[in-house]
Amino acid sequence: MKKNSRTQKKPGRKTTEWILRLYVAGQTPKSLSAFANLKKICEEHLANRYAIEVVDLLKQPQLAQDDQIVALPTLIRRLPEPVKRIIGDLSNLERVMVGMDLKPAA
Amino acid sequence: MTMPKINSSLLLKKVPTGITGFDDITGGGLPAGRPSLVCGGPGCGKSLFATEFLVRGAIEFNEPGVMMTFEETVNDIKKNVASLGYDISGLIDQKKLFIDHVHIDRNKIEENGEYDLEGLFIRLDHAIKTIKARRVVLDTAETLFSGLTNEAILRSELHRLFTWLKDKGITTVLTGERGTGQLTRKGLEEYVSDCVVLLDHRVNGQVSTRRLRIVKYRGSMHGTNEYPFLINDTGICVMPITRAGMDYEVSHQRISSGLPAVDDMLGGKGFYRGSSILLSGTAGTGKSSLAAYLAEAACRRGERCLYFSFEESPSQIMRNMKSIGLDLEPHMRKGKLRFHSTRPTVHGIEMHLVLMHKQIEDFKPAVVIIDPASNLKMAGTPDDATSMFIRLIDFLRKQKITAFMTSLTDPARGTLEATDEGLSSLVDTWMLLRDVEIGGERNRLIYVLKSRGMPHSNQAREFVITPRGIKLIDAYLGEHGVLTGSARLNQENRERAARQTSKEEFERKQLALEHRRKAINAQIDALRASIAADEEEFARTTATDQLRDRQALINRRAMLASRRVALINGDQ
Repeated sequence: MKKNSRTQKKPGRKTTEWILRLYVAGQTPKSLSAFANLKKICEEHLANRYAIEVVDLLKQPQLAQDDQIVALPTLIRRLPEPVKRIIGDLSNLERVMVGMDLKPAA
Repeated sequence: MTMPKINSSLLLKKVPTGITGFDDITGGGLPAGRPSLVCGGPGCGKSLFATEFLVRGAIEFNEPGVMMTFEETVNDIKKNVASLGYDISGLIDQKKLFIDHVHIDRNKIEENGEYDLEGLFIRLDHAIKTIKARRVVLDTAETLFSGLTNEAILRSELHRLFTWLKDKGITTVLTGERGTGQLTRKGLEEYVSDCVVLLDHRVNGQVSTRRLRIVKYRGSMHGTNEYPFLINDTGICVMPITRAGMDYEVSHQRISSGLPAVDDMLGGKGFYRGSSILLSGTAGTGKSSLAAYLAEAACRRGERCLYFSFEESPSQIMRNMKSIGLDLEPHMRKGKLRFHSTRPTVHGIEMHLVLMHKQIEDFKPAVVIIDPASNLKMAGTPDDATSMFIRLIDFLRKQKITAFMTSLTDPARGTLEATDEGLSSLVDTWMLLRDVEIGGERNRLIYVLKSRGMPHSNQAREFVITPRGIKLIDAYLGEHGVLTGSARLNQENRERAARQTSKEEFERKQLALEHRRKAINAQIDALRASIAADEEEFARTTATDQLRDRQALINRRAMLASRRVALINGDQ
């Protein structure tokens, strides 16, 4: 995570089925670990099919109200529908996958 | 209503809320730059309190405010305060108000690992910076606990939030729903140590009363009572009237009751101006009629009279008073007399008090009539009623307004003197109308039980309502107590008859004496006649005797003469 709104697009595919947005406030330990955890899951399960947009609310505070952000970090799965929200540093990878419908609930 | 001023620089700085009465009881408002908690049950008015704090701050004190609402949407809030006449949209456009609705749907959020509420901080910070806010409302932050599960995080984050706001020097109002055993559900009061205001909404006998209490106010003097408040068309209105002091001045002026006979009972001059008068009596004893007389007299003096009626409509009162020869209509047309008729049960007792205050301040009357005051008990508990009357009477005395209250007493509930609400000790003059039943009819008696500061009659007078007005008649005090009405008339007739009888007796006696005198005179004449006859007889006898004596002498001389011859012959 180097920039605030960096879209990570893998070459090879034209359509990104998964659009993920991660809201953070600066580079806190929690936001860094959330980004790392998210990246790991995506690379393993959604290679070339995803895009992660990181929103740093310190730079775009207006978006906090617009997107109803309270807790940080917040991950929003914008696509595929339905929109899903996960808050926290995503340290429980199993549950993140369940939450993102990458894995059926056990 | 000012608090005693000490050294103002040492005192806690306060920020006025603009809420009517609240700034009076707190001596200036909420602690400046600190968070205050306003808590209470559902529907107690805490959101309105918070909203008013912001809106009035923005309009009256030029302090822009941010409202972070966790329950109601922006549109809800607009609608809520639209009835109070505030233009929320306008304030938002002028950047005097910022509303942010924080919505968390538990079902759509999954928690995974560590998080904080920095998003909330950023939102709030952004809002504060956008409008340069001096005030913030969080309504109700505890809702977060139902949206997020990690209570430990929420607690520490909220604590951090309050500290953060305090560091920023922003005056904050937090609202909190009352929990069991504590002021708020999650014990937020632990974090807000400066000022806690408790709102309460109680229902007594189907009538609700709102109350406000300052639970704590660190570093400040504050009223500790429960202050009744109400929500009217201008928002929250706290009644600090319990602080009304007794430092009023009294008048020496006297005003007529409208009935010379009643004035006579009160030292000949009537009531003191600005005093409070209680007239108690059972149903149908003529309380309202006396009240109307007072009203009429006030209007004729050119003063204003405000008549609070809790039983009859204005037209009903006027019709009824016309039937006893009192025409109130011209006074009403001239604007000297105003009626205010309401059912006691329409509002809670505090609402009545406030409405009465408003009317009094509007109309500025010299005389206020409350007919009947006892009916207001229906609107609350007797305790409430008493406290209300204390405040009302103090208020009226302070304004030198003469208060005339009637009280309907229930004869089934003991003696008439045992008036409810303890009103009697509050009032200056207490008159009683009582009915007496003798010989199958009911008659009215009026007497003055007490009247402070004036000589007053100790006599019960009979009180007669005729088509030409009220008349007071000296009651007849007979061997068997007070006689009124027909019994009195009867007694009077009997007395008249008795007087007649004694007059005849006197005349008879006089005649008899005359006769006797005549008889005795006759006797005297007879005796005189008899003594005259005796004297005559005596005189006649004497004359005869003298004659006889003389004859005898003559005879004797003759005899002697004749005998001398012989004697010469013989005696010599």
